[in-house]
Amino acid sequence: MPLTGNVIADTVLWTLIKFVGFALVFVMGVATVLTWTERKYSAVLQNRIGPNRANLGTLRLGGLLHMIADPIKMLTKEDFTPDTPNPWMFRLAPWVAFVPALVVFSVIPFGPGDQMVIANTELGILFIFAIASLNVYGAVMGAWASNNKWSLIGGLRISAQMISYEVAIGLTLCGVFMIYGSVDLQQIVVQQSDQTWAGLPAWGIVTQPIAFIYLACAIAENKRAPFDVAEAESELTAGYWTEFSSMAFALFALSEFIEIVLIGCLGAVLFLGGWHIPGVHGDSPLLVALQVGAFLFKVILLIWLQMTIRWTLPRFRYDQVMRLGWRILLPLALANLVGTGIVLTLLDRK
Amino acid sequence: MAKLVNRVEPDLVMQSYVVEATKGVALVTRQFLRNLFGRKDTVTVQYPEDRRPYPSRFRGKHLLTKRDDGQVRCVACMLCATACPANCIAIVAAEHADRDIEKFPTTFEIDLLKCIYCGFCEEACPCDAIRMDSGVHTLPTVTRRDQKAGKVNLLELAKISTASQGGEHRAHSHEGTQHGQGGHH
Repeated sequence: MPLTGNVIADTVLWTLIKFVGFALVFVMGVATVLTWTERKYSAVLQNRIGPNRANLGTLRLGGLLHMIADPIKMLTKEDFTPDTPNPWMFRLAPWVAFVPALVVFSVIPFGPGDQMVIANTELGILFIFAIASLNVYGAVMGAWASNNKWSLIGGLRISAQMISYEVAIGLTLCGVFMIYGSVDLQQIVVQQSDQTWAGLPAWGIVTQPIAFIYLACAIAENKRAPFDVAEAESELTAGYWTEFSSMAFALFALSEFIEIVLIGCLGAVLFLGGWHIPGVHGDSPLLVALQVGAFLFKVILLIWLQMTIRWTLPRFRYDQVMRLGWRILLPLALANLVGTGIVLTLLDRK
Repeated sequence: MAKLVNRVEPDLVMQSYVVEATKGVALVTRQFLRNLFGRKDTVTVQYPEDRRPYPSRFRGKHLLTKRDDGQVRCVACMLCATACPANCIAIVAAEHADRDIEKFPTTFEIDLLKCIYCGFCEEACPCDAIRMDSGVHTLPTVTRRDQKAGKVNLLELAKISTASQGGEHRAHSHEGTQHGQGGHH
């Protein structure tokens, strides 16, 4: 196809529509609702009532309006910059944390076909790894530029923690790539719509059950409780975001929630068959819509799981986090890799 | 009483977290659903609208009691100010027109920011003149100055006290007056 002006314009327009629809409406929408869900859900399961005060007259909606009230509050708060030699770094940090978190959604396939992904590239998961690890720079920059000891310790911890779990998560997912022979996420989903033994769909969770320790690694990577040693309210005030206020703080918080959605998306794509519904084949528009719905449902399911885990497990101590990463998850991932390799070789020989 | 705790040595299954975390998630989910339909366990009180009744011995903001005729019962004996560990009561005494009463406070000021609500003042008072049974919280104010409750303020919550000890009315004052404020027997 020749790249005439029209085709490029169409592509750009279509990409923009997809970006707005998926990244802005769905991802940002879910992330915003999560700021409310996090508090309300934790309240209900802890026998509390939770936020219920924000209102429009008598309209309260169970506190749902807090997600509108919060940004208004954040926007009107003082945007504080501490006495620091690096004010520009301080201002840049929240964006360095926020933007990569949003950009990675461009390669997540949310429906069948080449069109149902914002940027149809074969890099897939490699792109996600490359961009998502930039996230740590935001936190470390913010920690360093804060000129604050709590922040600095938080920044040290976060770099150690994220590098450790980056290794584990990468090796974990390698098993998945070996099975499906691709790093293209759309390709991986297509492969998962096959059947394996006993009529089970060839979802990642069936073919690579041990690799699902991905979820533990990912939660640690997202530095939320039970792995919140970088923020560590009980020890470090608020860790690397101690000095951040106003929208800068909100960006850090929001990027954390966006990462929850990202972990959900990746988990759904790699382990729960993405948009695939077992036993359904065809390409009518209705079915495509249904499959997109199925993908979003799986994402929500994984978000729920992350949230429940966050409110179930007590925090790990810093050394426990490191031990879990290097001495349990990493060997498990390596063993899984070796096991997968052996099995694949044996199957090939047949 | 010491409670005996059965310590479980974590075995390998337990240390792998997987089983235990799953159990935890199940427990949390069960509680979530239970609260979602019914809220049997929720004990939250929606504070400004709903208030829990205070126990009858709750020590709230101080009040000064009055005699039957509306005068302040306090005879400015300074026992409360002496007993006060926070040193927050300031009384200026003056001669009372009635010689049986002898003294009364021209100013009676409690610095509510210093007060620790221990209740020693009401225990020390021989006349039942200062009490803390108002059942009212000390309200926040904009300035520190406003937290110094003066006599007028303290009398706003006043109750009439007819306690026989001390500040008894003169019409039947011939019994139980050994600590009487008038002391005229």
